[in-house]
Amino acid sequence: MLIPLPDNAPRDRRFLTNEDGLIPITATTAARILPSLQRLAPGRRPDPLIPPSLVVSTGSRTLRNTLLIIGAAAALIAASGMIGCTMPADAKELGGATTVPVRTVSDEIVGQEIAILTAAPNVPAQITRTHATRVIVNIDVTEKAMRLADGVDYTMWTFGGTVPGTFIRVREGDLVELHLRNAANSTMPHNIDLHAVTGPGGGAHASLTLPGHETVFTFTAMNSGLYVYHCATSPVPMHMANGMYGMILVEPKAGLSKVDREYFVMQSEFYTKGKFGDPGLQTLDMDKGIDENPTYVVFNGSVGALTGPKALQAKVGERVRLFVGDAGPNLTSSFHVIGEVFDNVYAEGGTVATHNVQTTLIPAGGSAIVEFGVEQAGDLILVDHSIFRAFNKGALGVLTVSGPPEAKVFAAVKSSSPAAR
Amino acid sequence: MTSRRAAFIALIAVVVPSTATASAGVRREVTPASGTSDMAQLPAGTYRPLYTAPGESAVRVGAFALDRRPVTRAEFLAFVRVHPDWRRGSVRPLHAEPSYLSQWPGVLDAGTGSDLQRPATGVSWFAATSYCAARGKRLPTLDEWEYAAAASGTRRDATADPAFRRALLRLYAARASARLPIAGSGAANAYGIRDLHGAAWEWTRDFNSSHRLYCASGAIGAADPTNYPAFMRSAFRSALTARATLDGLGFRCAADQPV
Repeated sequence: MLIPLPDNAPRDRRFLTNEDGLIPITATTAARILPSLQRLAPGRRPDPLIPPSLVVSTGSRTLRNTLLIIGAAAALIAASGMIGCTMPADAKELGGATTVPVRTVSDEIVGQEIAILTAAPNVPAQITRTHATRVIVNIDVTEKAMRLADGVDYTMWTFGGTVPGTFIRVREGDLVELHLRNAANSTMPHNIDLHAVTGPGGGAHASLTLPGHETVFTFTAMNSGLYVYHCATSPVPMHMANGMYGMILVEPKAGLSKVDREYFVMQSEFYTKGKFGDPGLQTLDMDKGIDENPTYVVFNGSVGALTGPKALQAKVGERVRLFVGDAGPNLTSSFHVIGEVFDNVYAEGGTVATHNVQTTLIPAGGSAIVEFGVEQAGDLILVDHSIFRAFNKGALGVLTVSGPPEAKVFAAVKSSSPAAR
Repeated sequence: MTSRRAAFIALIAVVVPSTATASAGVRREVTPASGTSDMAQLPAGTYRPLYTAPGESAVRVGAFALDRRPVTRAEFLAFVRVHPDWRRGSVRPLHAEPSYLSQWPGVLDAGTGSDLQRPATGVSWFAATSYCAARGKRLPTLDEWEYAAAASGTRRDATADPAFRRALLRLYAARASARLPIAGSGAANAYGIRDLHGAAWEWTRDFNSSHRLYCASGAIGAADPTNYPAFMRSAFRSALTARATLDGLGFRCAADQPV
């Protein structure tokens, strides 16, 4: 029972709502239905900001039903192009998309399995199970010097021995039993906060693990989606700047559509004492971190992790799905693939697809699932389109599409030659 | 039996703040490696902890004495020779995890050569507490340890000095790849104390009274959210239990007066 008035709403269009969502209607339509509305909700004091003709209450079930009918009518109007509206116009979606469910765990857990975890850019196979199960996830935390760029090492803190950490894939409703083991020679205790977890600290409280120790906690994957996980031990920025992040995919119960290639790409920053490319073992420059001035911005933990022989691969005619994350710790990513348009983007790792997207914004500590068919042979270039990062700090990757060129899709007609005067 | 009683008394001594009488009876069981000069005398003063109580800006620390370097393997070996209950394999599971002294080649073999001079690690809080009591000492309180550790080579309170912080972060980062150094080989701070930061983490008497350590909430209530070295120490201590035995965790002893 609200009537929001967006600041920029056109004068002739206001929004009626019921508890479940917004229904855009024209003032003309509103005037037509007004008598019945006022009959249903007599005596309602108008909000001064709202045209009195549109003040309604949904105090009765009858009125709610009426509004649903109005919504359906509005949807028809919108669909027929009579009004251009800025809100979703499908009545069913209006009702469903804005409902806030309080979930209960009701799936029966059948059997158990040990999760197969993969290092980037690879992801575990799509889930074919149609029931919930207990999934045992074993993650070993290690601290070790690893390559950040050619000639440059960095003492990385890792989930599973790699940066980004290993990819976890479960199904909505699964009961996940997470074992976090911290290597005996680690200098610090570590823990894990998975954004997919409904519970204190995303698991951080329960998983604070001393060197040489192990913790175990369980959680039910309540929401489907693509989620970041990271270490949340104080000081958190240090643990994340040193490489402690990865992703967990919770597949919806209906599964994901079949594609030919799935890859995992995670962007992150490194803040080093030395400049970009300065050789030797580099360590965290805390001041650069606080200033949000990274030395490196990379995909999959190092400069060149997705180029040359490590370039991603696909063939003409295949469908590609990228699970893209941004670990930060500071920057958002303007993720773009040069030479391709994303057919589907599940923005922020959620469940609604938008289509025909050139660049998608990925928040720090967030994700996106992007899908596209590859129709033309050649190298597609993955970048953060905050382009200095790609050119000067390392945020570059390659997806090599092999196969015959398709002239109908693209053809170079004339190479650079003197222009006619 | 004598040693068991001594250990028992030592534990009591920790629980009861007035340790003087309780520890007097066991003081000479272990011969100190050298004289009073092993301890530095610190004057009373104040320091600003990472987390302060509401309305509190600084904590007062009374005068005390602190070992100039961490307890070594050789010293801890001498202790377990006299106190069989604290030997690997004999220690009560309640008082130490299975990895207690596991780096040692044998129950009464702490290694050879320079290894004997490295900090004694893999020691639980209970064992460290008993060791100090057997020497007529005690573990330093968290406040005492941090007060002593706030000193750089030249200043007694260098907490706010960015160069000092950077140096500490370098020292902590270097621990990942290096084996433990010889105890006392690090640079002395303004009190003449060594290796508070450069060798192993160290037990304090009250080690896990820290709070608010998860994610960004760790910064709430912190005196200075840019003091990363202090956050690291605080996080480390917060994960500890008194049974914990870690390769990178040793200790040194304190006393009200130099012992």
